[in-house]
Amino acid sequence: MDGMAGTSSKLTWAVHISAVLLVALWLFPTVGLLVSSFRTADQISSSGWWASVFSSEQRTVIRTVDPDDFRIEENSAFAVTGDLFAADEEKEVIAWGTSSREVEAYAPGDLVDLGDGESITVDSEGTYSWKGNEEQLSGRGKRVFATVVSPPDFTTDNYERVLFSGDSTDGMAKTFFNTLTVTIPATIIPIVIAAFAAYALAWMQFPGRAILIASVVGLLVVPLQLALIPLLQFHNNIGIGKGYLGTWMAHTGFGLPLAVYLLRNYMVGLPRDIIENAKVDGATDFQIFTKIIIPLSFPAMASFAIFQFLWTWNDLLVARVFLIDATGETTVMTNQIVELLGTRGGNWEILATAAFVSIAVPLIVFFTMQRYLVRGLLAGSVK
Amino acid sequence: MADIKLTDVNKIYGGKVHVLKDINLDIEKGELIVFVGPSGCGKSTLLRMIAGLETITSGRLEIDHEHVNDVPPAQRGIAMVFQSYALYPHMTVRENMSFALKLAKKSPQEITESVDRAARILQLEPFLDRLPKALSGGQRQRVAIGRSIVRDPKVYLFDEPLSNLDAALRVATRIEIAQLKEQMPDSTMIYVTHDQVEAMTLADRIVVLTVGEGIGQVGNPLQLYERPENEFVAQFIGSPAMNLLPGKIIATGKQTTVRIAGGGVAVSDAPSKSSDENLKVNVGVRPEDFSETKGDYIFEGEVDIVEALGEVTQLYFKAQKGGDPIIGKLAGIHSGLRGETVRLTAEPNKVQVFHEGKSLYYR
Repeated sequence: MDGMAGTSSKLTWAVHISAVLLVALWLFPTVGLLVSSFRTADQISSSGWWASVFSSEQRTVIRTVDPDDFRIEENSAFAVTGDLFAADEEKEVIAWGTSSREVEAYAPGDLVDLGDGESITVDSEGTYSWKGNEEQLSGRGKRVFATVVSPPDFTTDNYERVLFSGDSTDGMAKTFFNTLTVTIPATIIPIVIAAFAAYALAWMQFPGRAILIASVVGLLVVPLQLALIPLLQFHNNIGIGKGYLGTWMAHTGFGLPLAVYLLRNYMVGLPRDIIENAKVDGATDFQIFTKIIIPLSFPAMASFAIFQFLWTWNDLLVARVFLIDATGETTVMTNQIVELLGTRGGNWEILATAAFVSIAVPLIVFFTMQRYLVRGLLAGSVK
Repeated sequence: MADIKLTDVNKIYGGKVHVLKDINLDIEKGELIVFVGPSGCGKSTLLRMIAGLETITSGRLEIDHEHVNDVPPAQRGIAMVFQSYALYPHMTVRENMSFALKLAKKSPQEITESVDRAARILQLEPFLDRLPKALSGGQRQRVAIGRSIVRDPKVYLFDEPLSNLDAALRVATRIEIAQLKEQMPDSTMIYVTHDQVEAMTLADRIVVLTVGEGIGQVGNPLQLYERPENEFVAQFIGSPAMNLLPGKIIATGKQTTVRIAGGGVAVSDAPSKSSDENLKVNVGVRPEDFSETKGDYIFEGEVDIVEALGEVTQLYFKAQKGGDPIIGKLAGIHSGLRGETVRLTAEPNKVQVFHEGKSLYYR
């Protein structure tokens, strides 16, 4: 018994560790993308996203304002006062110096005598006061070497730019709605068709049923690339051309084999007695389908809906072939991101923001419906 | 509320497997008929054929003098209770019970009335708004029965309705079904089971089905017990099974005398003709009909195993070659019989004689 308990707890540990690893593997890039999308281009190029979450310490050289323009005369002495940082920056000076050899010589608030009555002081908020005679306070501003702690600093500018600027190069808003226009019908249409087909294949007797099931399984392994060009030609010939209708049809066609297969396998596992009882109760096939099968198959339908939604959302190939034309009016998010890579290759903040906009909806869909995903998958395969 | 007539009904699967052979059966209005038989005899199939869930390969099925071979289940005026209860898991008890009525487009008032009535009969009132998963096995079973009562059918069909319940609940529900039958004396019920106690206690008549040979015997429970028509029924009804002892007829007439191979002599009330002399027969005696004797005996043997149950004592004798062990069941407590040689005899009216499997009582 001890041995058994030992192995089972080791197994539990292995499961826990691999779960943690998988979560980390998934979380690391996603969080990185999210954090980067809230940073400026400068921040992204100067430090990694993980550094931005904490306060950072930096050594900078800042010149005071030009004494010739800003000095103030007081009792025949002169003074220049000001702030090392801009008004809205919440930085803190923890040490400073006046020479590049001793950058951390003084603490904030120290009054430093520079000789001949010249002095300078810098406090922790970056306010400085430089005093001396007319000659000393002339020419260029004095250099101050400061060790500065800056708090985490995030900006929503990127999102404003990507979502609300209306700029057709950077803007994602329009393509977001184009993607929704593709995705929602491309998810609903195949589920409706497949549910009917799956019921017939699972519970209705008709000649050729076995062959139909076999051909559905066969179609599962047909690569969709085979059909792209013939289908496009077909669409052009019957006058649909490039557009939403053709895209919905293509997604429906490519999604149907898996949908029929998953739903049929699920429905065939429903208890026969329930269906026969409904028959004895006087239900027609259609009533059995709508009142018994559909409610009971909800987990399987939800799990397929998630799949179909995710891969039509992330689809680029079908959209390129069947949807996007020269006007660019119907471009989808995936295509917009590809184009951003070309036009904005160096602007990581824009790319990260655009990418996060495009994964936000799948994340929401996944987290709200994941229990159906797991349950539906198990129910479909293991029964 | 209807009589059912089966004429030469056959069921053949895939053109080869002959499950039910030449079933002829008249079920009268208001009867409770029980189908019993070993597994694989097709008792459930026969029930499903009456329900319309299986096609009838050949023969004729009439319900209420109407030929219903090709009538869909819903129009046959039947209600069926399944072994697995087959409740709709996504509907409450009330919705489950009103489903058929809604499909039949009954008025909401009518539906509420009949559901409430059925719920009252079956004491389901507190559970009407629960889902099946929140009910115990016995409650689910009652919902399944309630669902059929609500439809007020001509014929009730029960497919092993108690086999998913535990022993105590099974007895309670069995009594409930018997009471239900008494409350509805006009309704015809067909009940499939493999449990003999259910069959003996519930049935007006029992139909014993054989494997592939059609009906073994139809009759009321005690008739089947006391005068089985053939060896199959004799051994199927009763537990432990009836003992069969091979022998030869030595005297004929109103009573038949048989010399048992290996010693004893059995006298039976079964009549025989003089031409039957020297006929090879099997003598059948139920274990509980044996009694211990010092004089003339039917069977003599050495006790192999003794099972003292208090109420009775079961004696297992060493099996004769190729046969089942002979079993005797004596009332009361008998100790110290193990290894002893015991003689057993039985009253002539409790002794059956079978020739080629058929009882001499039925010639």
